[in-house]
Amino acid sequence: MQTLADHWLDADEVDDLAHRLRVHTVEMTHRAKSSHVGSSLSMAELLAVLYGRVLRIDPQNPEAPDRDRFILSKGHACAALYATLAERGFFPLSWLESFYHNGAKLPGHATAKGIPGIEVSTGSLGHGLPIATGMAWAAKKAGAMHRVYCLLSDGECDEGSNWEAALFAPHHLLGNLTVIVDYNKIQSLGHCDKVCSLEPFTDKWAAFGWRVESIDGHDTVAVERALRSAHEHAEQPTCVIANTVKGKGVSFMEDSLLWHYRTPQGEEYEAAMAELADRATRRAG
Amino acid sequence: MRTEFINTLTRMAERDPRVTLMTGDLGFGVVQKFAERFPDQFLNVGVAEQNMTGLAAGAAMSGRIVFTYSIANFPTLRPLEQIRNDVAYHGANVVVVAVGGGMAYGALGASHHATEDLAVLRSLPGMTVIAPGDPVETTAAVEACCAGVGPCYLRLGRAGEPLVHEQPIDWRLGKAIVTREGDDATLISTGGMLHTAMQVAQRLSAEQSIELRVLSMHTLKPLDERAIATAAADTGAVFTLEEHSVIGGLGGAAAETLAENTDTPCVFKRFGLTSEFLREVGDQQHLIAAAGLDEETVSGRIAAALATSPAARLAA
Repeated sequence: MQTLADHWLDADEVDDLAHRLRVHTVEMTHRAKSSHVGSSLSMAELLAVLYGRVLRIDPQNPEAPDRDRFILSKGHACAALYATLAERGFFPLSWLESFYHNGAKLPGHATAKGIPGIEVSTGSLGHGLPIATGMAWAAKKAGAMHRVYCLLSDGECDEGSNWEAALFAPHHLLGNLTVIVDYNKIQSLGHCDKVCSLEPFTDKWAAFGWRVESIDGHDTVAVERALRSAHEHAEQPTCVIANTVKGKGVSFMEDSLLWHYRTPQGEEYEAAMAELADRATRRAG
Repeated sequence: MRTEFINTLTRMAERDPRVTLMTGDLGFGVVQKFAERFPDQFLNVGVAEQNMTGLAAGAAMSGRIVFTYSIANFPTLRPLEQIRNDVAYHGANVVVVAVGGGMAYGALGASHHATEDLAVLRSLPGMTVIAPGDPVETTAAVEACCAGVGPCYLRLGRAGEPLVHEQPIDWRLGKAIVTREGDDATLISTGGMLHTAMQVAQRLSAEQSIELRVLSMHTLKPLDERAIATAAADTGAVFTLEEHSVIGGLGGAAAETLAENTDTPCVFKRFGLTSEFLREVGDQQHLIAAAGLDEETVSGRIAAALATSPAARLAA
């Protein structure tokens, strides 16, 4: 299979991709007047590493049977995923311009209907991991070598269905399954530790039988190392707790509940774009 | 019916490695042999129906034809959103199987009575809904499902349902079976009430010379609307009989069809459960009688409805 592995990005290119995902995300949510920009910004490095350095998938053949599977369970942050897929050649970048628009292709929660590269339609929380686990179980039974990745939000770890799957996967020795939690510490109505604390979070996954890697989710080297370390454990699933900052990359959106909902418009949009441009210039310099 | 289910599934699993059975830790005495014989096509997921349904969707997206198995409402209402979003929206080859449809688990109580399942599942886009009328229909339905029919709900009785079809049948998905011919009225049943429907027809024939046409509406969705319209045109009276709420199940579906079919107005009545939880304690037959769905009560109500129908009044 010709895969993204044949076109893997180097470290600088991964950083560039993460940056472009942020720019796209701010532009998309601005044009769409939509929410969830903070949820997309927190996982830019996670997506950049996955699609730049880890997933074995082919944009020209997105349904190849031996491809790795990636499931975005936090479907509300789909703007960043659409941007990633467009950047990596699954569909034209022009599709991003009509995100959320009447009659357009890309709705406000991840849909697999007619969108190359999206494995599973999500949007209601707590659905992605059981599906991913079913794919991992089927792959293991078939002796297939591909891996299954599922990216969860922290807030959705309140859903019991995730913990049903979390019990199941280690019992069935699903070393081909990796969960990544975008632990940006803010959920729908407040900080996670105020709404319904997940801590001790790593201990919970470990107690369920998972290998756990707790890392800085904005450190692309650490993200890649954690994801690759999972490959060495054929009979135990891995959970990567990616400690992130909601709204990362736009200072006034960072660690702010408001930017779970608020859409970047007017001066705020201009300021966000200016700040992202400034960061790009400084990095290039 | 569960015996025919597992026997047929076993036969089909032997031929097709895609056929997979997942259970939510239920099926004692039913699933063990299958599990031993097809370890790569069987999964006991534990008491976790949401996960089971998601797993089934994931496995189906990986090429399998998955049957999720549990009892009463556990495989349907508990993971309803997984059925809607993960199975139906993705058009996945998952057959949700409930054993103990209706009040088969009688004295176990309301938690174990599946009496709104048909209405709820029928409303989901893309779902096929099947409730076989007897063991022979169960075998045919399972065979059909093993071909991969997309999202599907298969509602079964429990065990020991009487055989209604003594001759081979031409069972087709979405096609009602004329189980008895008659011109005076039509009684349509779904699921295991078929046996009662036949008894009602025999009683009315013997005691009142009323000849009922009996239809087994084993597929509730897609509904055989033509059979219903034909019954209305031919017999002038349509009755429905189900071990389910009168809201949204067979009676509801038939009413929708007949209300839009203004060419042939007809007498119409639904026999099913009212939208109340039964307070009565007892086995299935006891509860069915308590709900007025036994042979004698239904026969009396049909005779009364026909006697007071506009046609009868005109004739008088």
